[in-house]
Amino acid sequence: MKILVPVKRVVDYNVKIRVKPDGSGVDLANVKMSMNPFDEIAVEEALRLKEAGKATEVVAVSIGPAQAQETLRTALAMGADRGILVQVDGTVEPLAVAKILKGIVAEEAPGLVVLGKQAIDDDCNQTGQMLAALLGWPQGTFASKVALAEGTVDVTREVDGGLQTVSLKLPAIVTTDLRLNEPRYASLPNIMKAKKKPLDVKSPADYGVDVTPRLTVVKTAEPKGRTAGVKVASVADLVMKLKTEAGVL
Amino acid sequence: MTTLLIAEHDNASVKDATNKALTAAAAIGGEIHVLVAGSNAAAAAAEAAKLDGVAKVLHVDAPALEHGLAEPLAAVIVALAGPYDAIVAPSTSSGKNVLPRVAALLDVMQISDITAVVAPDTFERPIYAGNAIQTVKSGDAKKVITVRTASFKSAGASGSAPVETVSAAADPALSTFVGEALSESDRPELTSAKIIVSGGRALGSAEKFKDVVIPLADKLGAAVGASRAAVDAGYAPNDWQVGQTGKVVAPDLYVALGISGAIQHLAGMKDSKVIVAINKDEEAPIFQVADYGLVGDIFEIVPELTKAL
Ligand SMILES: Cc1cc2nc3c(=O)[nH]c(=O)nc-3n(C[C@H](O)[C@H](O)[C@H](O)COP(=O)(O)OP(=O)(O)OC[C@H]3O[C@@H](n4cnc5c(N)ncnc54)[C@H](O)[C@@H]3O)c2cc1C
Ligand SMILES: Nc1ncnc2c1ncn2[C@@H]1O[C@H](COP(=O)(O)O)[C@@H](O)[C@H]1O
Repeated sequence: MKILVPVKRVVDYNVKIRVKPDGSGVDLANVKMSMNPFDEIAVEEALRLKEAGKATEVVAVSIGPAQAQETLRTALAMGADRGILVQVDGTVEPLAVAKILKGIVAEEAPGLVVLGKQAIDDDCNQTGQMLAALLGWPQGTFASKVALAEGTVDVTREVDGGLQTVSLKLPAIVTTDLRLNEPRYASLPNIMKAKKKPLDVKSPADYGVDVTPRLTVVKTAEPKGRTAGVKVASVADLVMKLKTEAGVL
Repeated sequence: MTTLLIAEHDNASVKDATNKALTAAAAIGGEIHVLVAGSNAAAAAAEAAKLDGVAKVLHVDAPALEHGLAEPLAAVIVALAGPYDAIVAPSTSSGKNVLPRVAALLDVMQISDITAVVAPDTFERPIYAGNAIQTVKSGDAKKVITVRTASFKSAGASGSAPVETVSAAADPALSTFVGEALSESDRPELTSAKIIVSGGRALGSAEKFKDVVIPLADKLGAAVGASRAAVDAGYAPNDWQVGQTGKVVAPDLYVALGISGAIQHLAGMKDSKVIVAINKDEEAPIFQVADYGLVGDIFEIVPELTKAL
């Protein structure tokens, strides 16, 4: 069984982004970019399934600018077998990403697609669910455990009240939560080897997908700021201030 | 303009997240219908009928809907979607699970996690862990929207709308429920609590978390939250995680104990009314958002604070 893993190139999670003063967007010039953290977890899970003999091939795919090749190389260095870059500049919304992925699924026929639950730039949390819908496949979102069996996969999901386990017919979609696994680091030899692994470059037109956004960004603004308050000297001082000044006790 | 609001419920009662999403739906304007899709969920439907400003409750009952699985629930919503201009759900784990599936089936780009309604087609939503607020206008004929509950007040429940029973769309039978492990607790829910006490990596163990954080929470009648580090380390269950990828909360009082204040954590709590931070590192970023900061060792200060209250 083949596993497809979509990986997105995003601003590194350690970077505190800045909003452009004219409200036209976020300043991404010279900002460190990385693989979306949830997608690293997705790659790791796919690799573990392959190492356990439950999958035969792991294919990473990214939709984005030419530089997203670096993100794919990271996935290849972790151990993915092949990469597919669907090259497109500018914003591609989750709905369009899902449509492109549907086209790739039609070509590749994976038994499982493992995505991140959320891209940490747009914070949409949509793509996996949308892909499942377009394919008519079941979905196991926010996974903290994935148990692959013959024809089915059991997914333990992180939900508001705790954990829920569902059983999905294969082929299926899984989206990863933080506690599914700890992604490996790519070793230097593997980084070298990854340079020789196959990486195809495609375009949205190859899949007949129109990537024109459905949402118009009217403006992008700084959030309401919060200023540091005061340091209190003692517990007694804190309790007093919470009672009288803040009025929350 | 008519909106279909997807109720968050456990078949017996409607969750407060529904009341909050209702306030957002009301801001969009027009008539609001509430969908209660569940199994033996008549009690929840009756409760939904009391929500203020609701014109009608649609009650769909089928065994496949008992656990809110995305596939049958999306089928039900899509079957009903025809006459609606907007489909709205709270950004709970079930709303986030099902609504994008609905959106894709309707060929709509969902607007996730709105924090304000600017116009019926224009919304504010946070991006980059809340470090930027985007205003987006949707060109889709139908709007599919999830609502960040921390940004809206709960609607009241003094109405009496009619409940209409509607038959369920066929279950696509792609998934089955296996089981669940829900945390049982008498505490207020994180997302509706007035006071939250949260613990971080500094607690060091599940035992210490229980010995230090819980008594203070008990004293304050508070819900308990945690940082990702505390959850990853097993000091607290996953459903306590506050942050960009956990729960977003905005209580009257948020007390952060031994939490550094990473952007991903701040994303989940920086809209709290009053923030108290206790941390031994006076440079910890949490102090930049705290109204009251106390520099020191949580293992000394927190028991003292619990006693002083
Ligand atoms: C994709 C992604 C998503 C994430 N999502 C979230 C999320 O939703 N929520 C979240 O919280 N994090 C999230 N994180 C993790 C986040 O980046 C931080 O790693 C995490 O919040 C740190 O937790 P902490 O503050 O408990 O631990 P630390 O950063 O280790 O801080 C511990 C603090 O305790 C203080 N301390 C230590 N001992 C004592 C003592 N005895 N008394 C007083 N103070 C003491 C230290 O000074 C320090 O400030 C995410 C990260 C990624 C990459
Ligand atoms: N441009 C993209 N290229 C590859 N994968 C993507 C892309 N956008 C989203 N994804 C996948 O979908 C997940 C959820 O993204 P989102 O719905 O944008 O929050 C990510 O974690 C990725 O696995």
